[in-house]
Amino acid sequence: MSDIADRVKKIVAEHLGVEADKVTENASFIDDLGADSLDTVELVMAFEEAFNCEIPDDAAETILTVGDAIKFLEKNAA
Amino acid sequence: MFDLSGKTALVTGATGGLGNAIARALHRQGATVALSGTRREVLDALAAELGERTVVLPCNLASSEEVEALVPSAEEAFGPLDILVNNAGITRDGLFIRLKDEDWDTVIAVNLTSAFRLSRAAAKSMMRRRTGRIIGITSVVGVTGNAGQGNYAAAKAGMIGMSKALAKEVAARGVTVNCIAPGFIATPMTDVLNDKQKDAILGAVPANRLGTPEDIAAATVYLASDEAAYVTGQTLHVNGGMAMI
Repeated sequence: MSDIADRVKKIVAEHLGVEADKVTENASFIDDLGADSLDTVELVMAFEEAFNCEIPDDAAETILTVGDAIKFLEKNAA
Repeated sequence: MFDLSGKTALVTGATGGLGNAIARALHRQGATVALSGTRREVLDALAAELGERTVVLPCNLASSEEVEALVPSAEEAFGPLDILVNNAGITRDGLFIRLKDEDWDTVIAVNLTSAFRLSRAAAKSMMRRRTGRIIGITSVVGVTGNAGQGNYAAAKAGMIGMSKALAKEVAARGVTVNCIAPGFIATPMTDVLNDKQKDAILGAVPANRLGTPEDIAAATVYLASDEAAYVTGQTLHVNGGMAMI
């Protein structure tokens, strides 16, 4: 597992207050991890901060699962 | 009670009668205050009088670029923003059927759209920190209507609806969003009324006096305080009883 994947999962678990083992790559923030739409916005902001990159709104809308976030950040993280 | 030591605040329209009193009151309670407005020399004079814990940030709220830069400038100057007071407001009165598009657009832009943009920027920062106060200075006419103020009443009513929507989104994140609706307050904005108009107004105010900017400032301090944490989405009417809502 990549370093980015580890960090993403850690951020998600902390932010949403869920057990680390529930944060799998297929887990959907809203359907599986109990996030509301504002939580997902906050998660995107947390990713931006942690990975020092900007996630445009149209890209943010496509980040629905933990795996989506990892894929995006592996491509775009600074 | 109502101690604001260690908090930061941004007040728009700090050159005006209400903004000046609000900025002074927040400062007196211990907050570091960013003073915003269009007239730099008036802001500088107020900052000089208040002394420490002030920042001067001139801004033309009709310019979207300047509005977008305001919250970041404040946070650059004093760190994360705790209290935003959307106080700035202008009037371009006219009978509805003669109201010019330009006067409609300007009043909506300065009184409502700027408050939207500033609140959006502030809420983003406050949400992350799970704390914050957004306070809109609206007006009794946003609720009751007023002849000759179709544009102003629309902007002020808009601010109330906007604040309620935002309040619902951020309530669980420790951020409260409220409005204060002044009645008739003695300020340069109401000085332009003639005596006959003023008498007519007083006849409608059970308290039998115009309000003072300090009456509004005190309400602002309350809503900005930790003690008001459970108050959100509300409009606090400070009007001597002229409208009981």
